[in-house]
Amino acid sequence: MALVNEWAYIGLFFAVAWIFPLLPIIGARFLAPAKPNVIKQSTYECGVETVGDTWVQFKVQYYIYGLIFLVFDVEIIFLFPWALAYNQLDFFGFAAGLLFIFFLFDALVYAWRKDALEWL
Amino acid sequence: MLEFNASTVAFVVMTLFILGGALGVVTTRNLIHATLYLILSLFGVAGYFVLLSAPFLAAVQVLVYIGAIAILIVFAVMLTRSMTRMSEILNGQWLLSAIVGAGLFLLLVIGVILPTWGNGGLLDATVSAPSQVVIDTVDLGKALVDRNGFVLPFEVASLLLTAAMIGAIVIARDDTE
Amino acid sequence: MDTVCSINNLARCLVEGGFSPDLANLLTLLGGVVLVATIPLVTVIFLIWIERKVAARVQDRLGPNRVGPVGLLQTVADALKMLTKEDITPTGADKFIYNLAPVIAFATVILMWAVVPFTPLHIGADVGIGVLYFMAVASIGTVKIMVAGWSSNNKYALLGAFRTIAQLLSYEVPLVLSLLIPVMLAGTMSLQGITEAQGGMWYLFIAPVAAFLFYVANLAETGRAPFDLLEAESEIIAGYNIEYSGFKWGMFMASEFLHAFTAALFFAIIFMGGWWGPFVQEVPLLGALYLVGKTAIVYVFGLVLRATVPRVRIDQLMALNWKFLVPLAIANVLVIAFLIQVLKALGLMPVPGADIIAHLPMTVVMLLGNLVIIAVAMQVLRNQGREEKMAQEARMAARQQRVVKEVRTPAGAPVGD
Repeated sequence: MALVNEWAYIGLFFAVAWIFPLLPIIGARFLAPAKPNVIKQSTYECGVETVGDTWVQFKVQYYIYGLIFLVFDVEIIFLFPWALAYNQLDFFGFAAGLLFIFFLFDALVYAWRKDALEWL
Repeated sequence: MLEFNASTVAFVVMTLFILGGALGVVTTRNLIHATLYLILSLFGVAGYFVLLSAPFLAAVQVLVYIGAIAILIVFAVMLTRSMTRMSEILNGQWLLSAIVGAGLFLLLVIGVILPTWGNGGLLDATVSAPSQVVIDTVDLGKALVDRNGFVLPFEVASLLLTAAMIGAIVIARDDTE
Repeated sequence: MDTVCSINNLARCLVEGGFSPDLANLLTLLGGVVLVATIPLVTVIFLIWIERKVAARVQDRLGPNRVGPVGLLQTVADALKMLTKEDITPTGADKFIYNLAPVIAFATVILMWAVVPFTPLHIGADVGIGVLYFMAVASIGTVKIMVAGWSSNNKYALLGAFRTIAQLLSYEVPLVLSLLIPVMLAGTMSLQGITEAQGGMWYLFIAPVAAFLFYVANLAETGRAPFDLLEAESEIIAGYNIEYSGFKWGMFMASEFLHAFTAALFFAIIFMGGWWGPFVQEVPLLGALYLVGKTAIVYVFGLVLRATVPRVRIDQLMALNWKFLVPLAIANVLVIAFLIQVLKALGLMPVPGADIIAHLPMTVVMLLGNLVIIAVAMQVLRNQGREEKMAQEARMAARQQRVVKEVRTPAGAPVGD
């Protein structure tokens, strides 16, 4: 029962947390003046008229960072149950974790040596 | 059968998230919108995990799928020029993909749901209790590095992820120099 | 029987008052939710005031001092003003998503407060995965920046958003790695459990490297100086929220301040013993006071830091993360894991609930281990710095020679044909 209650609380919290910031935004809609015109609504670029499409092609480095992050994220997630049970593990458990982290480190060294971590 | 309580309400809400999100992903023409629908859908799956008393997996779902994979999809979209405002259907094989998708779904229904369906199912749902090896996350951690448990898959998973990253770097980078 | 109704027995009270148990349970939960969710809303009003006051003092100014006593009501006045400001939606913006982004921004920060243990007894929800819940909610925060930057139809906003996302993703790695240490030491991911485990000794003293990593990574995650590249006024004007005006802009600002405070709060919980303090077992409500005090120390330190240090470049930011913090975090996990096994073999691991004396041997060993990590890290940094300096000097010398040659050649060259 306790577990259900905890997560029911989180569920309700998700609902309430969305309502709270919505209220002032809706309130501002009634209080604030609305006199739009073309110049006011134009894209803000320090007074210079905008040229070309906003949705330009981005460089591949962002994607590589994303990929590296993804791999690290998944590996660290695997380590969380290990860390959680660590007090009850023997030296074998430590060695298993060591090997796991060694592979993780290996990936980092590879990315480093291949200059995949450089912001080009 | 279904009784009306908090879990049922949460289940219905999460199902609406998942199905609505999934429907949005395949119907919208805008790739960024599709990603947002996907996030909604994945969030619903995280809710399922909570309802199944597996909060650790729920956190993993949010961390990895919403926090990393959805963002990666956006990066990938932005890498491809003017894909964000695609208006015409480029996928000429939609009929084929629809058939394959429906076939896969059917396969899943047969494989997962049918064996536990009703009293006449192949397996009795009430008999096949949850695994006794892994009850909570601490047990999961112990099982992962247990000599007689999953220590080999654990290490292989790490090696696989390392290989995946090396592969990704090799493919994504233009190593012509 | 007449029971005194209070927050602790509200459900039972309502049942006695004639409600059905389910409804009473729901109302109690809802009451708790609204109560906990209101705390950050009230906090943020004072945060902005404190932030402006501290920044002003560092810069030898007075800061807000006109509205209310010592300017306390300045934020309220600002909020009222923002409510009446026109809300401009730029042409070409993706309207629904554009309006959704500030709501996501604020909601994700409030959500973190659901698992904060305020006192030994008062906590929103003591979920078993507290630490991961914090990380998961924080990672939803990345979505808000992507959504805001993309929907504004502005090049600066999109550019700022992409830089920010790259920054947030990168710094999540040392953040999660540093969180492994308290989980390892406490044997639980619940924030209440981690707080209770620090009764003998704060993790700040047992694992200072992890605390450092957590603090620095959080600075970057919340976009505070020296990592405030997400607003970088001089480079990309204001970053992902450039097109926002009125209360939606205010929502982004408030969520940013609140996020910084929340990060300090989690630092206090995870590394500084949360609500622990004298007499906290007898008077649990004192715990909230201790928690606020510890958070304030961490938060004000961050404010002074913000007003002092310059901003780093994006390539430096990435290099610092991937080439220093991540290797350090990995080494830290290994050293701590090894030391725990050694301490267990020596029988020096204190039992849960032991007092400060029982924790001393373990703390000393751990501190020594951390000092070794720090010494090695400093040595590596020093060598690297020396190498870079020598490379720089060689470049400078080469350029000098070239300049000298160029100056000399025209003078000595034959004139005319």
